[in-house]
Amino acid sequence: MPDNWNLNLFVSASSHIHSRETVPKVMWAVFLALIPAGAAAVIIFGLAALKVTLISVLSCIITEALIQKLTRKKITISDGSAALTGLLLAYNLSSRVPFWIPVIGGIFAVAIAKHTFGGLGANIFNPALAARAFLLVSWPKHMTEFLKPFSADAVTTATPLAMLKEGMAKNLSAAGLSYWDLFLGRRAGCLGEVCIIALLIGAAYLLWKQYIWWHTPAGFILTLASLSWIFGTQGLFKGDFIFSILSGGLILGAFFMATDYVTTPITKKGQLVFGIGCGILTFVIRRFGGYPEGVSYSILMMNAAVPLIDRYIRPRRYGVR
Amino acid sequence: MKRLIKEFTKGIAIENPVFGLVLGLCPALAVSTSAINAVGMGAAATFVLLGSNIIISLVRKLIPDMIRIPCFIVVIATFVTINELVMKAYFPALNAALGIFVPLIVVNCIVLGRAEAFACKNALLPSVFDALGMGAGFTLALCLVAAIREILGAGKLLGFVLFKGYEPAAMMVLAPGALLTLGLLIGLVNLYHLRAKTGKEIKKAGCCNGHK
Repeated sequence: MPDNWNLNLFVSASSHIHSRETVPKVMWAVFLALIPAGAAAVIIFGLAALKVTLISVLSCIITEALIQKLTRKKITISDGSAALTGLLLAYNLSSRVPFWIPVIGGIFAVAIAKHTFGGLGANIFNPALAARAFLLVSWPKHMTEFLKPFSADAVTTATPLAMLKEGMAKNLSAAGLSYWDLFLGRRAGCLGEVCIIALLIGAAYLLWKQYIWWHTPAGFILTLASLSWIFGTQGLFKGDFIFSILSGGLILGAFFMATDYVTTPITKKGQLVFGIGCGILTFVIRRFGGYPEGVSYSILMMNAAVPLIDRYIRPRRYGVR
Repeated sequence: MKRLIKEFTKGIAIENPVFGLVLGLCPALAVSTSAINAVGMGAAATFVLLGSNIIISLVRKLIPDMIRIPCFIVVIATFVTINELVMKAYFPALNAALGIFVPLIVVNCIVLGRAEAFACKNALLPSVFDALGMGAGFTLALCLVAAIREILGAGKLLGFVLFKGYEPAAMMVLAPGALLTLGLLIGLVNLYHLRAKTGKEIKKAGCCNGHK
């Protein structure tokens, strides 16, 4: 692809700016930004949440070290990319999963989704989401059984999105929830997706440090919200768009997984397109698809479209009209 | 004789239709959900391959070059029809499991590929061994993919339960499992060939240095 060479590999004449950003620095910053959501999950679902998270992170790190040892590459587990994959994978699981789900998920994420493509920087799909998709198709029972928040005796319940999709409740108040509950995370769901306020604190930190840009999350959230509002289940322009934002994994996906450097477009305009595409796909899956939630699949599908987006949306060359 | 053995073994190893030539992937992906299906599909394809290679090799001097592909297809389709009728009569369960992929052998790239690349240029005996080798290679590859998928995706092999308490990964018997398994296996086979090749080159280089 000689066309793409300029975009990816071309090193222009000096002067160059040396940025102090390094892979470990960015990875550990994102890791840090995800900690509040994890802490919230431990408060909401108990110590089981911590157990799942630790197993998942360890599984990813050990798999990465083993593969790099076997292929005689430099072992780069301290750069935090494997740990971050493990953390994101755990945030996509229920706190009730048996211990081997995060183990297999971690192995799949790092070995299949990352290293068969050539390791960090070469993978097409977000490893954590690819592993989630694999686990969801393989063991749907374990992946869709969620714990009721703050329940000591482990009562299971459905997520708000699933309740509405399967007709268990007509609207949010019939499901016994308020927007405030959703915002604080008093609802069933995956570990990392429930506590919106904790996720927003982390996202604000990343935006402030300029490790992520607003383009993808804004495109994603606004597209999904406006589509849910316009084509609401209750009628045209009557959809509950606040619910569509606060429920499901939208905030986690939009700020932390659709902004992964490796699997999303390079340019900011491209990132906006990526976000809008994710929003449309999520709406279509939630509204017409078989699954109650579509954030993870929409990001994976848009991951596949990234080379195309990068091909058509390029930065203007300096001095050329 | 040596040549015949070579024609036979090349289909299993270096020019394995699935892993080496990457042909016939449609049935390799679709019917490799269980080892029984794989054996059945492999046997059916081998039969058609053998029949078409024999006939085409015999009439290779009578077929005009311009219309050779239609002629090959007529021969292949005849054997596929024979195969389908026999299967329906004697193995109805297998026929039901393989479904549309039995008549689809007619467009299997391996069969037409061997007719075009080998049988229409070679005498009867080499063509027979070529067909047998390719058929065996195809069957083996199919069985390997199917065994992996059946063990991981259903916890069984040839229909027998292997482990108790194992929760099978349902994805492995679905379409993505087929693509994953086949992709990884092709990668491993390529890696093996690459290693063998570079190993030989290193040996050769070492030998030359020794002579100096």
